[in-house]
Amino acid sequence: MSEKRRRPATPAAESSAPASAAPAPAAPAAEVVAVRLTRRPLLTESGVGTAPPPARPGDAATVNVTIDGRPVQAKSGQWIIQAADDAGVYIPRFCYHPRMKPVGMCRMCLVEVEGPRGSSLMPACYNAVSEGMEIRTASETAKKAQEGVLEFLLVNHPLDCPVCDKGGECPLQDQTLAYGPGESRFVEEKRHWEKPTPISELVYLDRERCIQCGRCVRFADEVAGDALIDFAERGDRTEVATFPGEPYSSYFSGNVVQICPVGALTAKPYRFKARPWDLDQVESTCTTCSVGCRAALQSSSGELTRLIGVDSDPVNWGWLCDKGRFAYASSSSPNRISVPMVRRGDELVEVSWAEALLAAAAGLDAAKNAGGGRSIGLIGGSRLPNEDAYVWAKVARIVLGTDNVDAQLGDGLPAELVLGLPRATIDQAATAPLVITLGPDIKDELAVLYLRLRHAVRENGTQLIELTPAPTGMSRYAAETLIYRPGEVATLAAAITSASPVTGDVAGVHYETVEAVRAQVERSRKIAEPGAPSIVVILGRPSLAESDDQVAAAARILADLPGVAFLSALRRGNVNGALDLGLAPGVLPGRVGLDQGREWYEYHWGSALPERRGLDTAGMLQAAARGHIGALVLIGADPMSDFPDSNVALKGLLGSHFSVAVDTHITESVRRADVVLPAAAWSERRGTFTNIEGRITWLSQLVTDHGVAWPDWMIASELAARLGVDLGYTSLEDIWNEITTVSPLHAGVGYDLISGQQARDGVLVPLRGEGAESRGPRPLDPMADPGIASAELHQLSPTSLLVVAVAMVPEQDGLAGPGTDGAAVGGPAFGGQRPTSAAAGSVPVGESGGEERDVAPMPPRPTLLGLPAVAMPVANEPGPSREGSLRLVSRHTLWDGGTQVQAVPALADLHPEPAVRVHPSVLAGLGVAHGESVRVTSAKGMLTLPAIADGAIPPGTAVLPWNLPGARAADLIDSSLTATDVRVDSAVPEGADVNG
Amino acid sequence: MTITDAPRIVTRRLGKPASWTLAAYLADGGYQGLRAALAMTPDQIHDQVNTANILGRGGAGFEAGRKWGMLAPSKPVYLTINGDESEPATFKDHALIEGDPHQLIEGSLICAYAIGASQIFVYVRGEFPLAIERLQSALNEAYEYGAVGHEIFGSGFSIDIVVHPGAGAYICGEETALLESLEGKRGYPRIKPPFFPAAIGLYGAPTIVNNVETVSNLPWVVLNGGTDFAALGEGRSTGTKLLALAGHVKRPGNYELEWAKATFRDLIFDPGLGGGIRDGNELKVIIPGGVSSPWLGPEKLDISLSNESIAAAGSMAGSGSVIPMDHTTCVVRAAWRIVRFFHRESCGQCTPCREGGGWLEKILERVERGQGRESDLDLLMDVCDNISPGVAWPPAQTTICVLGPSMPPSVAAGIQMFRDEYLTHVREGRCPFPPDRLPLRLARV
Repeated sequence: MSEKRRRPATPAAESSAPASAAPAPAAPAAEVVAVRLTRRPLLTESGVGTAPPPARPGDAATVNVTIDGRPVQAKSGQWIIQAADDAGVYIPRFCYHPRMKPVGMCRMCLVEVEGPRGSSLMPACYNAVSEGMEIRTASETAKKAQEGVLEFLLVNHPLDCPVCDKGGECPLQDQTLAYGPGESRFVEEKRHWEKPTPISELVYLDRERCIQCGRCVRFADEVAGDALIDFAERGDRTEVATFPGEPYSSYFSGNVVQICPVGALTAKPYRFKARPWDLDQVESTCTTCSVGCRAALQSSSGELTRLIGVDSDPVNWGWLCDKGRFAYASSSSPNRISVPMVRRGDELVEVSWAEALLAAAAGLDAAKNAGGGRSIGLIGGSRLPNEDAYVWAKVARIVLGTDNVDAQLGDGLPAELVLGLPRATIDQAATAPLVITLGPDIKDELAVLYLRLRHAVRENGTQLIELTPAPTGMSRYAAETLIYRPGEVATLAAAITSASPVTGDVAGVHYETVEAVRAQVERSRKIAEPGAPSIVVILGRPSLAESDDQVAAAARILADLPGVAFLSALRRGNVNGALDLGLAPGVLPGRVGLDQGREWYEYHWGSALPERRGLDTAGMLQAAARGHIGALVLIGADPMSDFPDSNVALKGLLGSHFSVAVDTHITESVRRADVVLPAAAWSERRGTFTNIEGRITWLSQLVTDHGVAWPDWMIASELAARLGVDLGYTSLEDIWNEITTVSPLHAGVGYDLISGQQARDGVLVPLRGEGAESRGPRPLDPMADPGIASAELHQLSPTSLLVVAVAMVPEQDGLAGPGTDGAAVGGPAFGGQRPTSAAAGSVPVGESGGEERDVAPMPPRPTLLGLPAVAMPVANEPGPSREGSLRLVSRHTLWDGGTQVQAVPALADLHPEPAVRVHPSVLAGLGVAHGESVRVTSAKGMLTLPAIADGAIPPGTAVLPWNLPGARAADLIDSSLTATDVRVDSAVPEGADVNG
Repeated sequence: MTITDAPRIVTRRLGKPASWTLAAYLADGGYQGLRAALAMTPDQIHDQVNTANILGRGGAGFEAGRKWGMLAPSKPVYLTINGDESEPATFKDHALIEGDPHQLIEGSLICAYAIGASQIFVYVRGEFPLAIERLQSALNEAYEYGAVGHEIFGSGFSIDIVVHPGAGAYICGEETALLESLEGKRGYPRIKPPFFPAAIGLYGAPTIVNNVETVSNLPWVVLNGGTDFAALGEGRSTGTKLLALAGHVKRPGNYELEWAKATFRDLIFDPGLGGGIRDGNELKVIIPGGVSSPWLGPEKLDISLSNESIAAAGSMAGSGSVIPMDHTTCVVRAAWRIVRFFHRESCGQCTPCREGGGWLEKILERVERGQGRESDLDLLMDVCDNISPGVAWPPAQTTICVLGPSMPPSVAAGIQMFRDEYLTHVREGRCPFPPDRLPLRLARV
């Protein structure tokens, strides 16, 4: 075998080379070239893929270099490998990943560089271009080195490609084909390990396949901050390892599987499920939380099998959290609703769609007749794509006649305030000098945003200040963490924004800390620059045991800082899109207030709107408990597990005379419904999604509906039809066209814009300036994120479907931007009923329309919601806790008892064990040891669970994770109070004889 | 004769009773160099060191004074003493730390004063328990004596010294891996650029890493002047050099010789030095500067022991470890043992070193066990070429540090100088030499 090797290395070797070393030395080299030529186009074919890291300031200068004889202008400071990528010259690589710092370990990217001291081999990933540099990526020397490295990498690689999940999408395979030697000269025994070994609940490690590129180790430490895996041992016994007994438990472990360039790391849910070449794929947006990470969805035989993060530069940089990555399996869980059902006595019975819709319509009609529209309430809708949220918002207002709609489940913030705040993007938060978080534990609730913020703090020098009732996953990176007494954050916000020094403790925070932060905020007032926010506030709900009014008041106070902008931390799926499209009381589609937009929407919808602002979820449940609600429509909502106060939720659900649940999964609330309508899940339908920034991206369909489930917009339309209103929608395009016409927020944002090549990262609404931010298609980098196939062929492009539809939409001024008063938008009234004054069949035109018609003149376009003019009253500050009681804090954890997580077997058991965390002095006072059971009692209920002593928690606070199996914090919380007080007692009654 | 006439600069106290104690050190004029140094300005000391032209004694032979001059102008500055001497058959620093720790402390302090360091770390190989113990107790004595710590000898110069035991990795002797290790990380050599710790070193601060022997010269240089030091030796190779003579000689050990004034023949055969080859055997080959250096044949016996002349002969003086091997030595086994050492100490970062080293080890073992093929000679050379392109000296490298390129010389030298011996292994299907004389336990390591 080795006799056939070519190219003797030294004269000594040459002399001994048998004459039969036949294949002329040049021949294999020529083969390699040929292979490269055929492979290269693949690497740039797709629009999916990896963006180069954002340009650093000062990178504007260019240098002139030569790559393979071709003069190229490269950005100064760029690594050679980046300059080559930009120039379309591919340099093979393994350890290099564009989103991580280079380490130059694998040595695959060695290129020959002509320098002052002659030519030398340099790793292209670690050497920056410099003026006049002559780079040869395919010279004899470079090729020999690359080939040598590949041969070395294969020395101990098991070459078990036929049984390896990575086979077919493996950078090692691909680059061996393109850059490796034709055959191996290695005849010794390879390295052996026990395999595969689990390194966490979700990830398996096969050390034999590992090529020690360190991508996983670096990701864990550098990107995620969970340095739980590292290299152990030396030489070719080097292995990736966890510390004995400490698994790689990270919220981001799936990313190491994604970036592994061989099959060494595999994800439990995907192992042996499919072969890459059999996978169907679309690019879509993950809807598990509201960050809006782009992902490639892949299926095999019509079943979802895998998600791979797509590198969206403004959002997720290619990363996904494990919940987003693995929760897809919930859509095929046995818990899925696949058939409509109606209640017969105590049972839900499967029926046809016709029967179910009729039953639903009858119930809603009866409620409307009995108590008017005000007796109907719609709860939920953050699961829905934008189009469906709009249809439900419209159906509620003009078909059911109610403004009782709320996409938030009492766990968010007042919609009118949130929608009126100045907005920031994730990029702006990541580059702002000062970021203030007033919201949940971002690591647990918006995990990928945590990665971006962590990067900002570590690499961009962003100063992070946390206003939080308990330490969070971000606290490690915060310049200051102000742990306030629950229910008193508005006072704290007032203190840190005040002009005068703070001299006394505020909301339980030591005054020196408050003063330090106040001084810092004051300094950043002065560096406010036009164009970019100098302070970004990340705003959400810090604790579910604390009412939203204090948080809203605090936000309003912070909004008065100069140069401030807000990034939403409302967490649930498309909640930001649902609010934008009117699924909140008092808010109409397009961030328009009910009264502001009344005239406009009555004109366009052709029907009167509810007169009074409706109730939010808490209001609806309370009204229902008092018997004032005749019908509840639950749109993907489970108040029993999501509303902060289970007592109120239960009474509300029981008190409503009739309820319809439109959902994907059986939940506690669905079980109590009178009619259950199965909805299509995320991957089974198309649509658009709005993330925390207001970025609209395209959701693609990959698999077919489960059972006979329908998309929500169809359900809402059919229900409306049965209630006598034909909305006239036949496709999503109809709905979106209407949205872009009527919603001032979405003006000009056509499907073609969202899905076009120029806006792969989505479009921020409202459009600013010249329209969509244009980044251009990015090349697919199969070496950075292997497994993403060239997506073009698979992606169902809405653009192609829209060619006709777009042409049919009347000319509009959409691009002039939102809020343009007097804008003339011509078009039909959308909706069944015309205003009575309109002549049947007439087409309304704008003021600019030439002909006089007998129609109402079109009202001026409403403006977007702004900040409430005056500061909100700092109401309901709770008094001091009663002697001996603690103030409760309850927040979501990434893994919990939620429906989606529990529907996936691989994830169901990852949640933390229920426990209450308190200051050690509390336990000492009770005589209870760390880990022993305590009773946590509030006015509403009682839980018995272990207590954990945690010195980082203030002595007056108790922290209980939200919604863990077996311990529902909602059983303790009184949602009518600003803060909930609990008592913690030993679970062993005093005087009881433990041994007896 | 010239060899023995030269002053002994760093070893003169070795072998004296309790040479490692403060009392013995003070009795021999200890800490006078430091006192003299503190009376000088740092620049004056730097000038003396430049005049002395002290080449770094750790192996690379870079001028210490020039290295100090490359310090980035920022604070703090750290001084790190490399006492992680771990290469087979290298034991000069071991003797210096164990036998004269105060000299090391004094030299380090002079260096620290000259470069404006704010802390000294002495990184000592973990397998030198006695050296660590003696150094630590010497340090305690020095603190008590007022030579280390706050306001040294009332001069206003204050500094602390920390002794850091290594944890058993040869690679931590590579200066950047040493710094990583000191920082509490896995001992990975840092990728270059930055090329010198003097720019970015320990904790990102400018750092000088000097060898134990290098700084041990400083008290003498300060007391006697750089000119006196430079008067010893020849050319760039000034002063004396401590040579660790190992291998098949009658009298192995550390010998401090005036540099460039003796030859290999002197060192190996002088009755006061090596005393000749054991058992009256014939000299087969010399490893002139540690096991990573290319071998020299007996025909090179008369070249002088200086940096320049050994380099001119195609090898290197390295850290001063000289290993003559007699005619009973199997060159395949020798190369196998050397490669095995380097491979097993490879940090595992770079593919060519990690995998290439393992592969070389396996091929050499196969040849030694009689299962080699003639083509293995080409294969060995090509694998060497992929680790160190050209297999030339000084080595080109495909790796971050020079550990990888330390493997090919012994393989290439063996094949080039003793090709027939390799072929005999292949053709006879067995090793023609007797088994190791080492105890079995060692032979199997």
